[in-house]
Amino acid sequence: MQATETDPRPGNGTGEPGPIPVVLTINGTERRLEVEPWTTLLDLLRERLDLTGSKKGCDHGQCGACTVLVDDRRVNACLTLAVMLDGASVTTVEGLAQDGQLHPVQDAFVEHDAFQCGYCTPGQICSAVGLLKEGRARSDDEIRELMSGNLCRCGAYVNIVAAVRQVMDGTGAGR
Amino acid sequence: MVQTSTAPLPSRAYVGTGQRRIDGVSKVTGQARYAAEFPADGLLYGHVVSGGALANGMIERIDASAAEAAEGVVRVYTHENRPRQPWFDSTYQDQVAPPGIPFRPLKDAKIVYSGQPVALVVARSLEVAAYAASLIEITYREEPFRTDLAAEQSNAYVPPEKRAGIEPPPPDRGDVDRALAEAPVKVEASYFVAAEHHNPMETHASTVVWNDGKLTVYDKIQGVVASKEYLTEVFGLIADDVQVISPFVGGAFGVGLRPQYQLFLATMAALDLQRSVRVTLTRDQMFTLTYRPHTIQHLALGADRDGRLTAIRHEAVAATSTFEDYQEVVVNWSGLGYRCPNVAFDYKLAKLHTYTPSDMRAPGAATGVYGLECAMDELAHAAGIDPLELRLKNYAEEDANTGNPFTSKQLRECYRQGAERFGWSRRSAAPRSMREGRELIGWGMATGFWEASMQQTSARAILSADGRLEVATATADIGTGTYTILAQIAADAMGVPIEQVDVKIGDSSLPASPLEGGSWTAASAGSAVEKACFGLREQLFHHARAMEGSPLANEVLERITFAGGRMAVANDPSRSVVVADVMAALGLEKLAAEETAKPDQDAQENYSAYTHAAIFAEVRVDEELNVVRVTRIVNAVAAGRILNLKTARSQILGGVVFGIGMALEEQSELDHRFGRFMNHNIAEYHIPVNADVRDIDVIFVEEHDDKVSPIGVKGLGEIGIVGTAAAIANAIFHATGKRVRDLPITPDKLLRDGDDGVSSGMARAG
Amino acid sequence: MNRFSYVRPDAVAAAVRERASDPGARFIAGGTNLLDLMKYDVEAPSRLIDITRLPLRDIQELDGGLRIGALVPNSDLAYDRRIEERYPLLASAILAGASPQLRNMATTGGNLLQRTRCVYFYDTATPCNKRTPGSGCSAIGGINRQHAILGASEHCIATNPSDMGVALAALRASVRVAGPDGERTIPFSEFHRLPGDEPQRDNNLAADELILSVDLPAEHFAINYTYLKLRERLSYAFALVSVAAALRLEDGKIAEARLALGGVAHKPWRDEAAEELLRGQPAERASFEQAAGQILSGARGFGENDFKIELARRAVVRALEQAAAGTPQSQSDKRVQ
Repeated sequence: MQATETDPRPGNGTGEPGPIPVVLTINGTERRLEVEPWTTLLDLLRERLDLTGSKKGCDHGQCGACTVLVDDRRVNACLTLAVMLDGASVTTVEGLAQDGQLHPVQDAFVEHDAFQCGYCTPGQICSAVGLLKEGRARSDDEIRELMSGNLCRCGAYVNIVAAVRQVMDGTGAGR
Repeated sequence: MVQTSTAPLPSRAYVGTGQRRIDGVSKVTGQARYAAEFPADGLLYGHVVSGGALANGMIERIDASAAEAAEGVVRVYTHENRPRQPWFDSTYQDQVAPPGIPFRPLKDAKIVYSGQPVALVVARSLEVAAYAASLIEITYREEPFRTDLAAEQSNAYVPPEKRAGIEPPPPDRGDVDRALAEAPVKVEASYFVAAEHHNPMETHASTVVWNDGKLTVYDKIQGVVASKEYLTEVFGLIADDVQVISPFVGGAFGVGLRPQYQLFLATMAALDLQRSVRVTLTRDQMFTLTYRPHTIQHLALGADRDGRLTAIRHEAVAATSTFEDYQEVVVNWSGLGYRCPNVAFDYKLAKLHTYTPSDMRAPGAATGVYGLECAMDELAHAAGIDPLELRLKNYAEEDANTGNPFTSKQLRECYRQGAERFGWSRRSAAPRSMREGRELIGWGMATGFWEASMQQTSARAILSADGRLEVATATADIGTGTYTILAQIAADAMGVPIEQVDVKIGDSSLPASPLEGGSWTAASAGSAVEKACFGLREQLFHHARAMEGSPLANEVLERITFAGGRMAVANDPSRSVVVADVMAALGLEKLAAEETAKPDQDAQENYSAYTHAAIFAEVRVDEELNVVRVTRIVNAVAAGRILNLKTARSQILGGVVFGIGMALEEQSELDHRFGRFMNHNIAEYHIPVNADVRDIDVIFVEEHDDKVSPIGVKGLGEIGIVGTAAAIANAIFHATGKRVRDLPITPDKLLRDGDDGVSSGMARAG
Repeated sequence: MNRFSYVRPDAVAAAVRERASDPGARFIAGGTNLLDLMKYDVEAPSRLIDITRLPLRDIQELDGGLRIGALVPNSDLAYDRRIEERYPLLASAILAGASPQLRNMATTGGNLLQRTRCVYFYDTATPCNKRTPGSGCSAIGGINRQHAILGASEHCIATNPSDMGVALAALRASVRVAGPDGERTIPFSEFHRLPGDEPQRDNNLAADELILSVDLPAEHFAINYTYLKLRERLSYAFALVSVAAALRLEDGKIAEARLALGGVAHKPWRDEAAEELLRGQPAERASFEQAAGQILSGARGFGENDFKIELARRAVVRALEQAAAGTPQSQSDKRVQ
């Protein structure tokens, strides 16, 4: 059996197992890291890698502020253990702009004022990028439904839908 | 002082446009940092331990030994071992504190509300702190507690000490009893508004960076000055040793007006350990902070057969804590909203063993205007008059509470434009008379009112030789667009491209600014920034005029315009001076001006200042299943000058969405056996999601106001929510014929027959 | 979150061995519920066995039906062409639940194991028999708008929160599991339990058993079906009541009927008597009302949730109408068809 096993080290007095090596590609850069088994992707990004763009709004998958793309799929980073992602590719909001050019979704969010306080925004944007890749949304109703995993307490939903719609129409991914 | 016509109005290249947010790129790229995101060397993490399922009692025993023994734990603080520096001040009241004794964490063994902080674990990592917190064992001795508002109604009292800045109910006028007895048309009903928690997306956090006894504090707060004052007063720190910084705030809606307990705990630990400490609250712990108080209202309205109001009685009982008398303006709106000769008010509090409620978006008005506007709808129905017509018949031309005229009031135009956009004239009057398929369609409307004000604010403007303009004031941008509107105002005042303007806010070292709240920030900070820029203009002009051979010689400031980087004589642009040349000639690297803008004393004393809105809502309700969809809202707002069409619209959209939540979804549910809000997460406390929101149309009605603020601004932060819940509730009545007087209107309430909404609501909440 | 060790086997047998050797161990795949509960200190496993590398990610043909690997993510399942075409009821139910992000993470097997949303279960400061057997049920006499109206006991009135499970119940799926002694298949209706006097047990899976697949029988109900979910906001909320309904019609009469309710019991609620009542009846409202009456005949409220009895009754009727008309509920257009 080829398995990664950590040593619970019951003799060290703390019962704490040691960190586990993982390889993650984050925003295009391969990172070799040692992580504790209980470290979530969100805490790894925010507290160890200083990638604070991904936000912690609830830490329980109730708000979507932590949404990132793992192997191009949108997921809640707060409910993802970093150790389980060994070998995966992670894209955060910091990795969307290319060569100093905003990603079309980022630009559309600014143009449509699709945020206010900005705290849910990185999650909204990563979620929208994921939605566009999925190609399942066509109508505004479908955009609303498929963006409902991202809460916005400032209430920017009308503008978020407009921003997503603009990018969808512009790239031909929509109707 | 209000600027008068002595200075030429600046050109308006930016103000009034839909300028993109200048902080937008930092927010969409993840570069904007919030309170818990500032790094510090050797940072320690604090995790708060929340108290148990009791709302009154004592901590009998607290065993932190297992937590202290966990690897990576630095210290566990409880009431037993917390530092007792002699300068701890447990009585200091923060800027918006209501009368009473503010809560201080870890003060003693006393439990005063369920979930209160009872320990702080400080550890070398976030994960260790949270884990160790779970190892702490606490036993409590429970004492009786009361959290049932309905049951405490009989013990309600008029608050003996008034909260500063909150107008108590005005004196009754006329003879309401008689007017009601004689009124040919009258309605009387009770309304209930559930407790709500603010739940900004960012949870509360403080990062306290300790540097040789000096603190740099990144705090989630609606005004850094409040946090700084709290730290100097409570911890006895010298003002020079504390700097509070908060460039971005991830929403607040009022919960950031008072410094919250994580600031105290992080600072306490940092000072004691002489290390940098961050304390971030969990989402669940956000339900141990302040809340919009649940409130029971009783309204009675009387009118003549034409629908002219003859009597209004508006009574309210609102929740407060056992240790503070939180107050807001709930009933006064009934005295100024409409013309009515006989009005009586009553506003009481009931003490509950909860944390102290606080201001939440349009505090008081969101609650009180909901009651008034639903009662008006009931009156319209009883009198057989169109709801909009009823409001027009009773239009108030002056503020009858004070007898003062309004600084401006374009509410009639709000009604007209809103109704036209919505298509109100096509409304069929009878309930249940509009339908499509299995859905009943309802159209409802309401009026919104909110105070318009400005507060004394200081600002600084610095022009650099390279042409960059920096404007600075300590205020906050909690998503409202403060950065952007200040840049627009400054760019216009100095006639420079907005790209050359830097805005600095959210830093206690900057010129003093009040808390961001009450919808006054744009008027206040905007006026201060403009005034500081005018100060710069004056200096530049005097320098320019004094230069040898100046084309501006013998000119007066009032005839000078600033545009395109030049000062020019109005109507004679050939006579101009390049601003940069003036700076160069004088050898100036920087030119600075600092000014303080104050509200107009005369206007404050002799006028009443309000913003107004007319909200029209369409709901579709499945006839059998009572699924409610809010399909269309038109909100027509009159709020003086609109500085930025994008951010202003967003403010109203956000207020309306808040109102949808209030009308249909939001309630913090107390279990009285535990004295605890039980749905303390945002899966079970429902705030609107994207699918809940469809078409929202915002109209800004043109309104000129020269009294509230020098820049003509009246404020937009709260007006969007006021009246929205009532418009939706009224639309639901129109659709279904059912009058649910108990917010939120969840499917169970519509399922019941009859209109006994409030009693059922109080039974649940109480 | 507590301290735990982590292991990542690459074979089913190894995973089962790991589980059998440590009673405190838990399998983890999507993690969307387990990590959530661990952060609330409701779950505190001594070891996590990461099963995401096991070869359980395929959807295979199975005697006219389909075999869905336990690790197939919810969204992959909902959008799988075979599921969309042959089992649209299942696709619809999945898309009614959670959020796109969570559906990308959550797995087929994990969905069957998600625990209740009862606020007392989640709050370790309050008594809860499911979390701490013998401590009492706080939901009785407490906040219980979300709670059970069918099959509850004096020890527990929690509900199963799954949407997917309601469709699987209606489709009469089965669950294939592996344990130390080999494989066995559990009919879906016997997978979850009623609380009885052991509310800590959500299902009949043995502690050392691993779900391998969910198997769908050949009958699809691809024409006359619906998944109707009623909740307190229009998306991203757990069901107050949901109904999976599927019919096979012949000459305007009901040849075969399937009916399951979500949000009302400790398990996805099926009532064969109600399905039987529909068989042979005309596909019209009177028949549907009769079936609704039957399925709710034993319903009982606990105060706040009394309304769910009437709401469920109406929802059943509407769902059967939708199914009969061939107009299934859209999960994005919020107008109830």
